[in-house]
Amino acid sequence: MGEAISCQLAGIASPGGAPPRNDTNKTMSHTPILTIRNLSTVFPDENGGLRALRDVTFDVHPREFICVLGPSGSGKTTLLRILAGLIKPTSGSFKFGHGEQPSTGMVFQQANLMPWRTVIENIKLPLEVKNINDAVARAKAREMIELVGLQGFEDSLPRDLSGGMAQRVAIARALIHDPDLLLLDEPFGSLDALTRERMWTELSRIWQARQKTVIMVTHSINESLFLADRVLVLTQRPGKIKMDVEVDLPRPRKDDIRYTPHFGKLARKLREAIE
Amino acid sequence: MIKRFLPILLSTLAFLLGWQLLTRYSGIPNFILPSPLSVWTRFIKAVQDGSLPYHTWITLTEIVLGLLTGVLFATIIGYILAKSRTLEKVLSPYLVASQAIPVVAIAPLLVIWLKDGILSKVVICALIVFFPVLVNTIVGVRAVPTALYDLMNSLHATRAQILWKVEVPASLPVFLGGLRIGATLSVIGAIVGELVDAEEGLGFLLQLGDFQYDTPMVFVAVFTLIALALILYGIVRLLENRFLKWQNK
Ligand SMILES: Nc1ncnc2c1ncn2[C@@H]1O[C@H](COP(=O)(O)OP(=O)(O)OP(=O)(O)O)[C@@H](O)[C@H]1O
Ligand SMILES: [Mg+2]
Repeated sequence: MGEAISCQLAGIASPGGAPPRNDTNKTMSHTPILTIRNLSTVFPDENGGLRALRDVTFDVHPREFICVLGPSGSGKTTLLRILAGLIKPTSGSFKFGHGEQPSTGMVFQQANLMPWRTVIENIKLPLEVKNINDAVARAKAREMIELVGLQGFEDSLPRDLSGGMAQRVAIARALIHDPDLLLLDEPFGSLDALTRERMWTELSRIWQARQKTVIMVTHSINESLFLADRVLVLTQRPGKIKMDVEVDLPRPRKDDIRYTPHFGKLARKLREAIE
Repeated sequence: MIKRFLPILLSTLAFLLGWQLLTRYSGIPNFILPSPLSVWTRFIKAVQDGSLPYHTWITLTEIVLGLLTGVLFATIIGYILAKSRTLEKVLSPYLVASQAIPVVAIAPLLVIWLKDGILSKVVICALIVFFPVLVNTIVGVRAVPTALYDLMNSLHATRAQILWKVEVPASLPVFLGGLRIGATLSVIGAIVGELVDAEEGLGFLLQLGDFQYDTPMVFVAVFTLIALALILYGIVRLLENRFLKWQNK
C-alpha cells in the first residue's frame, strides 16, 4: 500500500526506473555504500588540539536517508566535510562502496553562493564544472528554480535574496547534477515553517524518485523524524555517536504523523538523548 | 548626465577664468605663468605641426607597454605569492626593499643599461606599476572565501575551474583597485624615464619647452599628460562598472 503511494509521489521517477521503496520493511541487506570506521578529528590549537570528533563509526546503505542530530560544536559539520573529501580525518577511515567518492551534492550551513553570479548562474555551477552544454545547463537550472519556488528571481543577485531564498538556491544547486550522495548541513535552517515543510516533502519526493543517499545534519527532531530512515545522535564535543535510531514510521509521512504515538515515542527518545 | 557633469564643468570654467584674469592683471610674465589663451594657441599649433600627436603617441606606447608588462608580471607573481606562504616569506623582504628604492633614483641607471630608446621607459613604467598591482593581487586572492573553495572541491572542480570561476571573479574588485593606482602611476613612470634622457615623447617635449622658455608648451605637455592619466583611470573605472556590477550599491 505504501508502495503504490510512494510511486505516485515519485512524479519525476524515470519510467520503470527506481523500484518502489518499501520503507517499513528495512532489510538493507546489500553491502553498505559507505563504511565509516573510528573517525576522529583533532584541530590544532594552542592547548594541545581541539577534539571535534571521536571514534565515529557507522555504515550507510544505498538510498538510506540519515539525519545527524547533536548539540552545537559536536562535530556535525566536520563529519560532513570529511565525507565530502574537504578535510582529512586525524585518524580512522571511511570508504565508499565503489571505492571512489560518488558524485556529491553539498548544501553548506551558510548558503555559500557566489555573489557575482545570478540565481540561475549559481544553480548551474555544478553542470558547468562538468562541462555540460550551457543551454542544457540553463534549462536544467530553470527546472530546479521551479522546484524550489524561485520563479521570477532567475536573474537576481544573491545580495537581493532573503536568507531563506539564498538557502533554496543552495539546495537547487546541490541537486542539479543529480548526485548519488547528498550531504546537507542544516539546509532548512533559515526557512520559515511553511517553506520548510514544503521542502521536506520535496526532498522526500526527490529522494524517493532517484537513487540517492542522504546524510543530513539538523537541529530539529521533527525534521529528522519526518525525513530520515535513521537518526544518529552525537554527544557533546568531541562528538561520538550516542544513539543510532531506526525511524520505522511509514512513508509517505504527512504532517499529521507527528500526532501518532509512535512518532511521539521516537521524539521523546531523541530528545532525551540530546538532553 | 548633464546634472552629473555640470559642477565639474562650472568649476573648470571658473578656474580658467580666474587664471586668465590672474595673468592679465597680476603682471606675471608669460614665460612664468602663461595665460590659458596662450596655452590654447600653443596647443593648436602643436597639433597642427604634428609634434604633439607624435610625442603623445610615443609616450602612450611606452605607457601601454609598461602597464601591460607591469600588470602581467605583478599578477602572475602576486598569484604565486598569494598561494605560497613559503615563497612569500622568502621573497617579500626583497620586494619591500625594492620599493624603498625610489624608481626616480634608479631611472638614470636603467637608461644607461637599456639605452635611451623606448625600452628603458617601458621598464621604468613597468617597475612603478608593478608594486601596487602585486600587493592588490595578493590581498585579493588571499581574500577569496574558503567556503567557495570548499564548494568547488565538493564538486571535484579542476584547478583551472577554481581559478576562473572563483579566484578571478572574487579577487577582481581588489585587483582592479590596484590597477587603478597602477594605471595612474604608469604615466609618471614613462615621464620619469623620458626626463632622464629622451629624444621623443611628452617628457622630451616638456623639457624642450623648459629649455626654450616656451612655457605654454610645457603647459600643453602637462595637460596632455593629465588627460592621458584621466583616460587610463577612466578605462579602469569602465572595467569596474562592467565587471563589478554585482557589487554596486
Ligand atoms: N577548521 C577548523 N579549525 C579549528 N577548529 C575547528 C575547525 N572546524 C571546526 N572546528 C571546531 O570543531 C568543533 C566542531 O565544529 P563543527 O562545525 O563540526 O560543529 P557543528 O556540530 O557543526 O556545530 P553547529 O551545530 O554549531 O554547526 C567546534 O568546536 C569548532 O570550533
Ligand atoms: Mg555545523
